[in-house]
Amino acid sequence: MDSVHDLGGVEGFGPIPIEADEPVFHATWEGRVLGCRFLMGFWRLWNIDANRHSLEQLPPAEYLAMSYYEKWAAGVVNLSAEKGLITPAEVEAGYPSADAEPRTPPVDAAGVRAFLPQGRPAAREIDDAPIFAVGDKVRTARNMHAGHTRLPRYLRGRVGEIISHHGPHVFPDISFKMEGEVAQHLYTVNFSGREIWGDDAEPGHSISAELWESYLAVED
Amino acid sequence: MTKKPHHEHTHVHSLLPSDPALRAKAIETLLVEKGLVDPEAVDALVDVFSNEIGPQNGAQVVARAWRDPDYRARLLADGTAAIAELGFSGMQGEHMVAVENSADTHNVVVCTLCSCYPWPVLGLPPVWYKSPEYRARLVREPRAVLDEFGVRLPEDIELRVWDSTAEIRYLVIPQRPAGSEAMSEAELAALVTRDSMIGTGFALSPEAG
Repeated sequence: MDSVHDLGGVEGFGPIPIEADEPVFHATWEGRVLGCRFLMGFWRLWNIDANRHSLEQLPPAEYLAMSYYEKWAAGVVNLSAEKGLITPAEVEAGYPSADAEPRTPPVDAAGVRAFLPQGRPAAREIDDAPIFAVGDKVRTARNMHAGHTRLPRYLRGRVGEIISHHGPHVFPDISFKMEGEVAQHLYTVNFSGREIWGDDAEPGHSISAELWESYLAVED
Repeated sequence: MTKKPHHEHTHVHSLLPSDPALRAKAIETLLVEKGLVDPEAVDALVDVFSNEIGPQNGAQVVARAWRDPDYRARLLADGTAAIAELGFSGMQGEHMVAVENSADTHNVVVCTLCSCYPWPVLGLPPVWYKSPEYRARLVREPRAVLDEFGVRLPEDIELRVWDSTAEIRYLVIPQRPAGSEAMSEAELAALVTRDSMIGTGFALSPEAG
């Protein structure tokens, strides 16, 4: 999905908003939103890719105007409503509807503390051997689809070199649909600044990104 | 069959109060009242990210790598396993890669598509890391961006930008500062800043302290 979340190389932005001695949370509500969004994931009705896609679907002007935790707040409400865990009427009223069946949260404080050091690894095993090897030259895809993808615009149709192979990882372009999971080999691909930005590129830099096998084609 | 009314659902957030604090309160109240979220689990997450997970973890990893060549080799070969040796693992650090700065190479990390960041070693990202400014500009004009952080690199230093597009997370190992040869691991860790592990800073000089 080509929206404003795909920011790499977009021009017109000003100085980086650096803040000295920044606190972890700027207000109490930020931590509460982080917690709610994190914990709602334990219903397993969406995964990390669907979660990211929910933020990408925010209207572009809102996406850019919202802070990180404002986006998280919007994302968790939109996903929860989409999956039927809450209704628009409940969001508007601020309390459960009279006929709502009370539920039991899927994880408690001890459970989430135990979960954090485990995480959710994205590596999988598949039978297919990798098509590419370290040192191969590859060209990235141009044709994209309307759903979720992790091939940024600024890296499309470019030639790079494979510098590492991570084995099969969950493929986000399918996984976000929550209709089953597919894994593909994942590679780190290195591009020269000049390949991406042309003659205007700053001297002596390269950009590397993790790209899945179907984003890539052999370049002679 | 009619087409799914896509926007009806995706914009439910517009029904929330406009004030961010009231909005958050409304969300938590509704989710707790419905039995969807345990408020004590929210407390636990706030506590973990405020007090337990942060750049002090990554600093220990870097200090160990500076002092112990075998550990450094393991860290560069398998970041996830080497970082787990020090007890740091899990969410948003399931697949860690360490990249090392040297006299001729400088590494810096970004997530242009969202805000991917290695939580177990650095905690939650600062606002600037999540900002459109950083995400848009770092890949296009990395030297100009680093200059704003006070990181001025000679033109002959190779600059490697890592865009975290998958679940691989990066930890930059900054250069060990001169004058730190006799320091203990704990003293060294105090020189390792959050920004030096993202690549937007250098480790502190022992004299500066």
